[in-house]
Amino acid sequence: MSAALTFATARRVLGQVRGDPRTLALVIVLPCLLLWLVAWMFEGTDVLDQFGPLLLGLFPLIVMFLVTSVATLRERTSGTLERLMASPIGRGDLIGGYALGFGLLAVVQGLVLTGVAVGLLGMEVAGPLWVVMLVAVLDAVLGSTLGLAASALARTEFQAVQLMPLFVFPQLITCGLLMPRDQMPAVLEAVSRVLPLTYGVDALQRLAAGEGFADVRGDVLVIAGFIVAAVVVGATTLHRRTP
Amino acid sequence: MTETGQRGGPGLPASGPAVRATDLRVVRGGRRGTVALDGVSLTVPSGALVGVLGPSGSGKSTLLRAVVGVQVVTSGSIEVLGRPAGSAELRRRLGYVTQAPSVYGDLTVRRNLRYLGAVVGAPASDVDRVLAEVGLVDCAHRRVDTLSGGQHSRVSLAAALLGTPELLVLDEPTVGLDPVLRRDLWDLFGRLRERGTTLLVSSHVMDEATRCDRLLLLRNGQVIADDTLPGLLARTGASDADAAFLALVEDQPSNGRGAR
Repeated sequence: MSAALTFATARRVLGQVRGDPRTLALVIVLPCLLLWLVAWMFEGTDVLDQFGPLLLGLFPLIVMFLVTSVATLRERTSGTLERLMASPIGRGDLIGGYALGFGLLAVVQGLVLTGVAVGLLGMEVAGPLWVVMLVAVLDAVLGSTLGLAASALARTEFQAVQLMPLFVFPQLITCGLLMPRDQMPAVLEAVSRVLPLTYGVDALQRLAAGEGFADVRGDVLVIAGFIVAAVVVGATTLHRRTP
Repeated sequence: MTETGQRGGPGLPASGPAVRATDLRVVRGGRRGTVALDGVSLTVPSGALVGVLGPSGSGKSTLLRAVVGVQVVTSGSIEVLGRPAGSAELRRRLGYVTQAPSVYGDLTVRRNLRYLGAVVGAPASDVDRVLAEVGLVDCAHRRVDTLSGGQHSRVSLAAALLGTPELLVLDEPTVGLDPVLRRDLWDLFGRLRERGTTLLVSSHVMDEATRCDRLLLLRNGQVIADDTLPGLLARTGASDADAAFLALVEDQPSNGRGAR
């Protein structure tokens, strides 16, 4: 691995995003608009304070998953991946560069979204705001690294887009958002334990209920672990030689 | 930068062939795959400009992919610059242009070359050098997806020249280009060869054979000729590469005329 090539790749990926203002606008503005819809719908209640923090984690995760998996697939199908695989760049440099580039985008997205939620929409979080931001940003980075890892399964754009429901929807169903996890059938509860979003939602629910960093430290570590694991899976499923 | 005569890395005999394949077999496309290369043996002499000619589907791209080490090989062996193809150490020493232009359409020409130059460890000054070599100095600031098809494929070629590789593997670099541009590119290939670069260039345009030192004729995944153009014409009694190819195909007893 070479830090210089990882950074060069991250810079290149961000340069491509910057060259596509519409995508950039969707990534940054869309989650804010969605949150605004929720705030508007439940105006005068405390729904935004209760569920807003969860959405701060969810919307960016879904958006970043899609953006990253499609971007990686484009690299594969355009022939540039074949060129890179014939070159000295390490697979870890490439995937690390993608994770870093889209991770930075995710950080900007998470910060803007939290700023809008608290500053414009008047969301009040019972727990410490900086921890909410930390978890929201980690969730967005998680989304992008999961997208990286998942894109190895896709051969076409159609498949890449379908990976989002495949990878994200089961997590949404079992993460404790629809039903508290301790009320789920035992099998589903066990499944939810090995899915990363469970920990993101758990942390955000605790923060919304007024708990602090010490109470969600375990969740944060698990999410970080999933991020690293997704990058490793992404790098090892990338083959220099293809049939 | 490496100059003329300074071929080969440390410990490598300069006289060895650039590429040596022995009984190379490649099956592409999984379980019910098709045989893309069927027992190919060949050598590409160091410093030569070798054309890989044959109809589409004859295995040209697969052969070039095997040389650069991105093709899963079923059996047989292939050595490049004295190392097994695909060795990490080789990746710095060869340049590769895929059949479709493989650069980033949403970046400018210069940003593409800067990134791909960093990847191969080329000095920053290489960007301007390769831009001049492919005649794209005036387009450096333009986004690649706003260029014409010919300019697009030249950006892809320029990227392969970064870092002055010893071996250039070019998959149909002149396809779809106008005659003037094709001549200019073959002139460039000639100049690179003068500087000591080995070039392996595929084409399905037989008249490009006249620009090559040696020719590899492929058909149905087999090498049906590995010769110079004069040698080929003398052997077949044909007047040009096209006719020589046809004569060789007719000669092959295993591929009867009745078969498709």
